[in-house]
Amino acid sequence: MNIIVCAKQIVDVSEMKIDPTTKKPILLGVPQKISDIDKNAMEEAIKIKEKHGGKITVVTIGPANAKERIKELLAMGADEGVLVTAASNIDYYITATLLAEAIKKIGKYDIILCGEASVDLFSGQIGPRVAGLLDIPQITYAQTVTAEKDKVTAERNMGDKAVTIEAKYPVLITVTKEINQPRLPSLMQILGAGNKPVNEWAADLLSSGLKPLIETVDLKGVSMERKNIIYKDDIDESVNKLVDSLAKEGVLRG
Amino acid sequence: MVLVYSDNKNLTIEMLSKAVEIAKQNKKKVTAAIIGKPDEKLAKEYISYGSDKVFIAETNLESFKAEEYTDILAKIVKETGAETILIGSNKNGKELSARLGGKLKAGCVVDSNNIYFKNNKLLAERVVYSGNAIAVEQFNSKPAIITIPPKVFNPLKKDDSRKGEVIKKKIDGEKSTSKILKVQEMKTESVNVEDAKIIVSCGRGFKNKDDIKLVKELADVLKGKTVGCSRPIAADLKWLPENHWIGLSGHKVKPKLYIAAGISGQIQHIAGMRDSGIIVAINKDPDSLIFKSADYGIVGDLYKVLPKLTDAIKTKMG
Repeated sequence: MNIIVCAKQIVDVSEMKIDPTTKKPILLGVPQKISDIDKNAMEEAIKIKEKHGGKITVVTIGPANAKERIKELLAMGADEGVLVTAASNIDYYITATLLAEAIKKIGKYDIILCGEASVDLFSGQIGPRVAGLLDIPQITYAQTVTAEKDKVTAERNMGDKAVTIEAKYPVLITVTKEINQPRLPSLMQILGAGNKPVNEWAADLLSSGLKPLIETVDLKGVSMERKNIIYKDDIDESVNKLVDSLAKEGVLRG
Repeated sequence: MVLVYSDNKNLTIEMLSKAVEIAKQNKKKVTAAIIGKPDEKLAKEYISYGSDKVFIAETNLESFKAEEYTDILAKIVKETGAETILIGSNKNGKELSARLGGKLKAGCVVDSNNIYFKNNKLLAERVVYSGNAIAVEQFNSKPAIITIPPKVFNPLKKDDSRKGEVIKKKIDGEKSTSKILKVQEMKTESVNVEDAKIIVSCGRGFKNKDDIKLVKELADVLKGKTVGCSRPIAADLKWLPENHWIGLSGHKVKPKLYIAAGISGQIQHIAGMRDSGIIVAINKDPDSLIFKSADYGIVGDLYKVLPKLTDAIKTKMG
C-alpha cells in the first residue's frame, strides 16, 4: 500500500500574542508546529501500513525550515519526506496545485490522507481541492477508516449523521481529530528519523508561474468588549444580583 | 451573475439577501440553483426572496457525493456564466466548494461572514487563528467561490409578487465510484443550537455525565430550553452529541442570552459564541478566561450556583 500524507507547518495558535493596541495577532516569532489534525492523518497512515505493509511519504508545502517539522513525522513512522519549498504568499489554489504535482511526481499512491482542516485557518479546502485536481474520489470528515486490500471503508462524521462510504483506490481521505490519538515517537525513533530521506523540490520546477487567486490584504483584530461585571460575594447574593441584572437586560424571556 | 446554492433551503434564502446586495452594486442578476428533483414551489419561493432566476438541474441522484455534485455545479456555472458563487457552508457545501475550486481553478473563501466590494475588488472576511483575527481575503480572479455559514445574513422580506424565470435542464454528470453503505442518525434528541434564543452550556467543570441535568434544569426554566457544551463534553467525553457543541469546529451561535457554566473560555469556544447578546459565566476560578468574555459572571462552585440560579429565575418569572 502506498500512502501519502499531506501535512502543513503552522504557527502554534496557543502561543500567539495579541498586540494590545491594534488587537492584531503578532505572528512573528511564534513557534511553528505540524497542524494537529495532520498528525491524526499520519497516525492513521501508520495503522494502515502496520496492517498491509507499504510505504508512507509525507508531503509538505512550505518554507525551508519546515524540514524540521517533517522529521517529527518521519519519527512517528513515515518512510520518506518531500518538502516543496514555496514563497510565503501562496493561497489554497497554489498549495493544492503544488501538492497534486508533487503527488504525481511521487507517482504511486493508493491512499492520500489529510487532516480535515489545518488548525490555524480551518478552511478544509486542501483535501477536496487535491482530490479534484487528481480527479479521484474524496472521503471527508472520516472518523473511522478501514483499509482492505482492494477498497477502503470509512465512516464520515456529518454532525447529525454518520455516513459509511466505500471507495476503491486511489482515494483521498480527510480525517477528524477524534479518529485516533497520534503516537509520540520514542527517542530511538527521533534519532532514527535523521537517517530517513527528505527530498526538497522547488515549487517552480513542479509548476511554474503560479499566481495566487486570492490574497490576504488585511488581518484585523477582534475586539471583545463586554461588561465584565463579576459577582464574587456570597453565592445567594451573587445569584440574586445576576437575576436582577438579566431581568433588566430583558433576556430572561427569550 | 451571482449564483447561490445550498441543499438547505433556509441557508439559500439567507444567502440570497447578500447575493442581491452585491449583484445590485455591479448591475448584475442573481440566480439560485436547485440540484435534484424539479421543485417548482421551492423555485418560486427563492424568487420571492430575491432571486431573479432559478436554475433547476434535474438529476436522479439519490444522495450527495462531492464528486457528482461538483461536476453538476461546474456545469451550472458554465451554463449561467456565474462570476460569484455563494455556497451554503454546511459539511456538504464546504467539501463541494473546495473541490469545485480545484476543478475550476477558482479562488475560494470558506465560512465568510462579510462580503463586499472595494476598489472594484471582491472581498470576503473570515475568522482565523481560533477566533483571534479576521482575515480580509481579496479575489484576484473569477469565478469567486464563497461559502457562508447559517445565520450570518438575514433573509429579505418575502415578496410573493416578485416575478422571475425558472429554467429546468436535465444535467448528466460524472458518476462517482464510491458507494454509500449506511447512514446512521447520530442525533439522540432534536436540538438546533443555531436557532436558540437562550443557551445554557456546560464544560469541563462538570465531574459526571449525570450532572449535566443541572444545566438542563436551568435551560428548562428559561424559555430557550437549549443546552450547549464545549469541545471536551461533545468530542472527547461524548456526554452530549455533537449537535450541542459550540465553538470554532462546532456550531456558531448568537442567542440573546448565553450562560457558560464550568467552561474555561478557550478561544475556540469563544469563537463559537462571541456574537451572543448577553454572556454570563459561572466558574469557580476567578482568573478563568471566560470572565473576560462575559457581561456578567459569578465566581463560585457551579454545583452550588446552578440550582440556586434555577430557583431564583423560577421565582422571578413566576
